[in-house]
Amino acid sequence: MLNRILKALGVAALLPMPAFAETTTSFTLDNGMDVVVIEDHRAPVVVQMVWYKVGAADEPAGKSGIAHFLEHLLFRGTENLAPGEFSETVAANGGSDNAFTSWDYTAYHQRVAADRLGLMMQMEADRMRNLKITEADMLVERDVVLEERNQRTDSDPGSLFSEQRNAAQYLNHPYGVPVIGWRHELEKLNAQDALDFYQEYYAPNNAILIVAGDVNPDEVLAMAQEHYGPLAPTEGLEARVRPQEPPQLSERRLTLEDPRIGQSYLLRSYLAPERDAGDQKTAAALTMLAELLGGSPTTSYMAKRLQFDEQIAVYTSAWYNGMSYDDTTFGMVIVPVPGVSLDEAETAMDRVLAEFIADGIDAEHFERIKMQSRAGQIYADDDVASLARRYGQALTTGLTLADIEAWPELLQSVTAEDVLEAAQTVLDRNRAVTGRLVKPEILQ
Amino acid sequence: MIRFLSVIMAVLLSALPLRAEIAIQQVTSPSGIKAWLVEEHSIPFTALEISFKGGASLEAPEKRGATNLMMALLEEGTGDMDARAFAAAREALAASMSFDAGDDSVSISARFLSENRDEAMALLRGAIVAPNFDQTAIDRVREQVLSNLRSDDQDPGKLAAARFDALAFAGHPYATSRDGTQETVSALVRDDLIAVKNGSIALDRVYVGAVGDITAEELGVLLDTLLGDLPAVGASMPDHVDFGANGGVEIVEFNTPQSVAVFGHAGIKRDDDDFFPAFVMNRILGSGGFASRLTEEVREKRGLTYGIGTYLVPKEHAEFVFGQFASSNDRMAEAIDVVRSEWARMAQAGVTDQELEDAVTYLTGAYPLRFDGNGPIANILVGMQMQGLDVDYIATRNDKIRAVTREDIARVAAELLDPDALLFVVAGQPEGL
Repeated sequence: MLNRILKALGVAALLPMPAFAETTTSFTLDNGMDVVVIEDHRAPVVVQMVWYKVGAADEPAGKSGIAHFLEHLLFRGTENLAPGEFSETVAANGGSDNAFTSWDYTAYHQRVAADRLGLMMQMEADRMRNLKITEADMLVERDVVLEERNQRTDSDPGSLFSEQRNAAQYLNHPYGVPVIGWRHELEKLNAQDALDFYQEYYAPNNAILIVAGDVNPDEVLAMAQEHYGPLAPTEGLEARVRPQEPPQLSERRLTLEDPRIGQSYLLRSYLAPERDAGDQKTAAALTMLAELLGGSPTTSYMAKRLQFDEQIAVYTSAWYNGMSYDDTTFGMVIVPVPGVSLDEAETAMDRVLAEFIADGIDAEHFERIKMQSRAGQIYADDDVASLARRYGQALTTGLTLADIEAWPELLQSVTAEDVLEAAQTVLDRNRAVTGRLVKPEILQ
Repeated sequence: MIRFLSVIMAVLLSALPLRAEIAIQQVTSPSGIKAWLVEEHSIPFTALEISFKGGASLEAPEKRGATNLMMALLEEGTGDMDARAFAAAREALAASMSFDAGDDSVSISARFLSENRDEAMALLRGAIVAPNFDQTAIDRVREQVLSNLRSDDQDPGKLAAARFDALAFAGHPYATSRDGTQETVSALVRDDLIAVKNGSIALDRVYVGAVGDITAEELGVLLDTLLGDLPAVGASMPDHVDFGANGGVEIVEFNTPQSVAVFGHAGIKRDDDDFFPAFVMNRILGSGGFASRLTEEVREKRGLTYGIGTYLVPKEHAEFVFGQFASSNDRMAEAIDVVRSEWARMAQAGVTDQELEDAVTYLTGAYPLRFDGNGPIANILVGMQMQGLDVDYIATRNDKIRAVTREDIARVAAELLDPDALLFVVAGQPEGL
C-alpha cells in the first residue's frame, strides 16, 4: 500500500498482498513514480496503464480543455517518435492503445502480448518527458477535438444538459467546467498552453504505473527501473488544492429545452462527500444507499414505488461514485410515463424519498445487495483490465492501496442506520441541482 | 481519447483467434444438445452463452419488434414469480442473465457462481422455457420499447442507418429495424410473443458455449435440464437478399451542428475464398483505427472527424461493406470526397508491402488478446459454431492471414470496392451536397 511503501533505495521492497483476491504488488521508484502490479496468469496478455494525477480540474482558468487536448497531442510524436508512430508500433505488435481524461486524472494504456511490455514501457516513458508539438499538428488536432465536442456534446442534448447541471452544481470548484472544454476556450488553445501543462504535470513523481496480466513483479520492477527510473521528476510540484465550494444556501434549478430529445426527464444531483483516504465510511453508506434506492431497474425502492406500484415512471435510477478527489455528487433520475408531467414526477419522487427514510430498510433487499457485492469480488478477478482501471482511479483520487483493500469489507459492514443517516444528511434539496430536460412542445 | 467505436456489429469471426493453450471440449448432453466447453477452475463461476440462429428476421413485417419485445420479457416473470420476484431471486444468487435479440439470432448470456449453480439454472430455465408474459409486464416493457423508439427518432446516427437499410434491403426483414415501429409494437399481443418465442427459441438452431468452473459431465446434465423442454423445431429461415441500392448521396434532414454519415455497398460472404484478403484489406482501408488510411486522411491530416471506421458485414442473409463517421455540416462534403478517393485508390492500386506486413503483424499478434475472460471466450465459442467453423480453425486462422498476398488484395479490392457504387446517407444539414 502506498502509505507503507518502502522507498526504493536501489533495492525496492516488494509487498505482496494476499488479502486481495487478486495478487497485487507495489513499489515506488527513486524518482517518486508509484508502481502497482496485478497478476493474472491465465492468458499471456498484459495491460500497461500510466495514470497522471492531473486532470481537467487542475487546468488554469480560461484554458478549459487543455488537459484533454494535451492527451490527444501525446499521440502526435516525441523527439524519438514520429506523429502516430506510438499507436502504429502498438498495432504492429498486435496490441491496442488509447487514453482518457477526467477531472482528476489522465491515463494512457496499452494491451499487448505479455512479452512486449518492455517496448510499451520504453515508448510510454519517452512521451512522459520528450513530447514534441509542431504548430501544424496542433492545429489539426484542435480540429479533431472540436469535432469530438461536436459529436459527443453538442450533438447530444443529454450531454449538454449534463454540462449545464455540472456548471450549476459547482459555483467555485473546477468540476463545474467540462473536461472537453468550453468551445470558446477550446478554439483558442495553443501549443504553448499544452506544453506548459505537460512540463509541470507529466513527471514520474506525479504518475502511477499499473501493470496487470501475465507478469512477474520482479521483472516489472526491473523493467520499470530501466525505462522510467532515469526520468527526472518535476521539482517543487505543489499539492493538489483546488478552489472549494462555498456553503450552498439555496436550491438550484434549471430547465434545458431541446427539440432533439425523445423523452423529457428530471435529474437531481446532491453535493456529497467522496471517499477519503482512511475515511470511507460515509461513502460506503452512500454507495449502499444508491443501490437500495435506484441500483436496479426492477427491485430498487424507487423502481418498486414509482414504476411498479404507482406507475408514474417508465424509468428511475440512483447512483453515486465515491472515487473523486474533491466533493462528488449523489444523483437520481426519473423518466415519467406519458401523461405524467415533470412536476408530478418530481413531487412523487420527493414523497418516495421521504417514505424511504421513514419506512426503514428492507433487510432482505439489503442482504441481496451485499451478496452481489461479495460476488462482485469473484467476478472482478475475471477482468483484469477493469481491475487495473479501478486501481488507477482510486489512486489518482487520493486513495491508497489500503483504502482499496478495506473497501469491500466496509461495504459489507454498512448498517441500515448508516444508510438512513447518510440519506438524511445528503438528500437535502438545498444542496442539490434539479434539472429538467424538456421537449419544447411540452411547455406549450 | 476513447476512440470512436461503431455500434454496429463488426465482430468478424476471423478476428477472433484462440490461444493455443485454450482446450475446447466438444460436449454432447445425454439428450443430444451439443456445446463447446473450456474448463477454467481457477475462479468459482461459469459463463454460459446460448444462441439460437434466426432471430428477429424470422418475424413477419406486420409483427416487427415482436422478437425484441419477447426477449425483453423473458426475465419478467415465470411460474409464481412476477418480474420483481424474478429479479430479486436472481440478485439473491448474484447471477447475471441477459437476453438479446439480433437480426440473425437471439442470445442468452448468463454468469453464475459455482456455489449456487443449480438454483441459478433453475431460475434461468423458467425464463427460457416457461415465461409468463403477463399482460402488465407486456404493457410496461412495451412502454420502455416505445420510449426508446421515440429517442431513436431523434438520433441522427439511427436515422441515417434506418434510411440506409431501407434503400439497401427493400422487401427483406433487414430493410426495417428489428425494434419495430410505434405502430407495429403498439399492435403486438401476447399470442404474437408466444409465436415468435416458439419460432426462434428451438433446439434445431441452438449453439452453446460454456467457460469456467464446470466439467463436461456437469454441463451435459445442466443443458438437458435447462433446454430439454424447448420445441424441437422452429420457424423457417428468410431468403438471401442482394444489396439493392445505387450509389450516391441521400440526405435525411435533421437539425444538428454535426452531420452523421453512413455509407456502404455490396460485400463478401464469410465463407468466400476471398474473405481473408478482403478482411486484411479492410483493416488497412478503414477498420484499423489509427493504422487505417481513412483515419489518417480524414482525421489525422485534415481534422474532419473525431472518428471513422469501415467494416465487412457478412450477415446471415446479406453481405455488405459499411462505414460511418460524423463531421460538421460545413465539412461533410469534403469528408465524403476523401472517402470516395480513398475507396478509388484502394480499388486501383491495392496496398503496399509495408501496409500488408503491418496489418498481418497486427492481426496475428492480436491473436491472444481477445480471450480476456470467461464471458468473452464463451461468446467466441458460440460465434465459431454459428459460422460453421470447427475447433481446428483456431490452429489455422493465423496461417490464413499470413497467406494473404498483395496480389490477392489488389484483385479482391478491384472486385469489391467501387466508389461510384457507394451509397452515403447523411443525417443533418450538410452544406454543398
